[in-house]
Amino acid sequence: MTLRSLGAAVLAPAASVAAALLFGALLILAIGESPLVVAEVCAKGVFGTAEGLATILFSATGLMCTGLSVAFAYRAGLFNIGAEGQVLVGAFVATLVALALPAAPALVLVPLCVVAAAIGGAFWGAIPGFLRARLGVHEVINTIMLNFLASALTGYLVVHVLREPGEMIPQTPAIPLAAHLPRLGEWTPLPAQSPANAALLVALAAALALAWILARTPFGFRVRALGLGERAARTAGLPVGATIVGAMAVAGAVAGLAGANEVLGFRYRFLDNFTGGIGFLGIAVALLGRARPGGVVIAALLFGALNAASLEIDLFTDVPREIGFVVQAAILLFVVAGDHVLRRRLAAGREG
Amino acid sequence: MDLDLFVSALRLAAPLLFAALGGVLSERSGVVNIALEGKLLAGAFAAAVVTHATGNPILGILGAAAGGALVGLLHATFCVLFRGEQIVVGVALNLLVLGVTQFAMRVLYGSSANTPTFPTRGFDVALVAAALVAVPVIHLLLARTRFGLRLHATGEHPEAVESLGVDPIRTRFAAVVLAGAVAGLGGAFLALSASQFVKNMSAGRGYLALAAVIFGKWRPLGAAAACLFFGIAEAVQIRLQGQGVPTQFVQMIPWILTMVALAGFVGRSRPPKALGVPYTGEK
Repeated sequence: MTLRSLGAAVLAPAASVAAALLFGALLILAIGESPLVVAEVCAKGVFGTAEGLATILFSATGLMCTGLSVAFAYRAGLFNIGAEGQVLVGAFVATLVALALPAAPALVLVPLCVVAAAIGGAFWGAIPGFLRARLGVHEVINTIMLNFLASALTGYLVVHVLREPGEMIPQTPAIPLAAHLPRLGEWTPLPAQSPANAALLVALAAALALAWILARTPFGFRVRALGLGERAARTAGLPVGATIVGAMAVAGAVAGLAGANEVLGFRYRFLDNFTGGIGFLGIAVALLGRARPGGVVIAALLFGALNAASLEIDLFTDVPREIGFVVQAAILLFVVAGDHVLRRRLAAGREG
Repeated sequence: MDLDLFVSALRLAAPLLFAALGGVLSERSGVVNIALEGKLLAGAFAAAVVTHATGNPILGILGAAAGGALVGLLHATFCVLFRGEQIVVGVALNLLVLGVTQFAMRVLYGSSANTPTFPTRGFDVALVAAALVAVPVIHLLLARTRFGLRLHATGEHPEAVESLGVDPIRTRFAAVVLAGAVAGLGGAFLALSASQFVKNMSAGRGYLALAAVIFGKWRPLGAAAACLFFGIAEAVQIRLQGQGVPTQFVQMIPWILTMVALAGFVGRSRPPKALGVPYTGEK
């Protein structure tokens, strides 16, 4: 790795995070609180305890899935703004399968539901891929539209068709015990009541799989070629249309796994509109991780730590907990700005 | 259609109209405007804070335009000057405004859910009228004024514009900031009509406005027609609530229509040629 590519891969994202944390510190100063006290509270509560670690891991699991989803599409030169909808559809299909097979043994049901979540997400992701490949419609608007469609469609089904009888909250009945992903606390020193669950292992496996696909398979090669330039890929005779649909389907599948984390690992039911922006934060995670699977894993852990820190800040300081969210958004903005600085430095390097 | 339904449709369309007009301005100049959502939300928040503090809705409306313009300024800085990926910048700004408004609400009012209420004194109605007036104004601005023609040309072919001695970067910068101010007014309507600011009160309307821009083929009159149509659909849906028609089906109409329009089934919807392409200057 040359010094310059090391800068692009590590230093620029690190600088973006540092700048965003500084921005957060200035905000805390501006409201008359002490950033140092906040930092100390976070350090103690988040990194010093098993509870903090478990919160990071659970929070990072979903973000890892949506981050990997956005990153994989990005490597194909596609913008997946639709992870939010893919998570919802994946979660819903997993819930359906779990509810449909109440007597199935765990050994069958758990893998089946995880795969169902991936297939649901893949289907929802393939739609904008197909529209792009066949009709040339840019995927950004369609993925946004599909987010709202997924929300309305699952909302309808949860409220009118599958609602738990006698329940005010729009949610489905609980899935059978045999569909539960085991909590990490069952076989690690992490606290037993923590929501961190085996979906984390699924997400990490997905990261490995995507890295392998990108580096070692013909499909991954086509994805990367497409990402470097659609016209060149077309000229070289690569099946551009099929690659676009395939890349969006894979992206959707990985996002769908975040739905498995929620339904099979945490809530044990589908709750109307549970996503809370996880698909959009996945964009930040993907870009901070330089759209590389390993980078995305690290970025997701960092965002998970910020979420865990927000909880500590809420409990033990007078700073609004939204500071964590603000810092996450600022990271995304500074990553963009960092790219600009990097480009200028590279251009200056070439000229000088 | 009876009068009540018509009035309800107009009120539902008003924030969409402002946001969509802002969207047309920015996208016609060549800058993708995913950030309409954040501009609406910032405008709504500024309107609420200023009106609550001064008791004067007129100042609140001006504050909303300033709040929207401030987001527009950030948008222009990162997209036009730094040539950042426009879609990413838009998403980042939406997240940032969502977080900052909740943060600020908690600091100012001790709650991240909503602000205290304030008297509106009928200015929400004035804003509905202003939204309707803004449509022909923006149309004429784009079709008849020098700035409008330059803006339009910058979105199609910035190199050609520069060769004629007009700075595409400056034009885009101005268009995006102006778009923020106009969209901010839509936020003012949201806050004034509710007499308070509520967390995430834009609730996807910025994206709906973006859909209207596309559905209206990037033209002010077309986008306005789409907004009115979306407003009518929502008004009908509210009317039908409790009569057995699931609201979600009506909610889906704009999203499906936009996808159909983009797919070319109702006449090709063609974006400006240089949309989303940062201008790097003649080299």
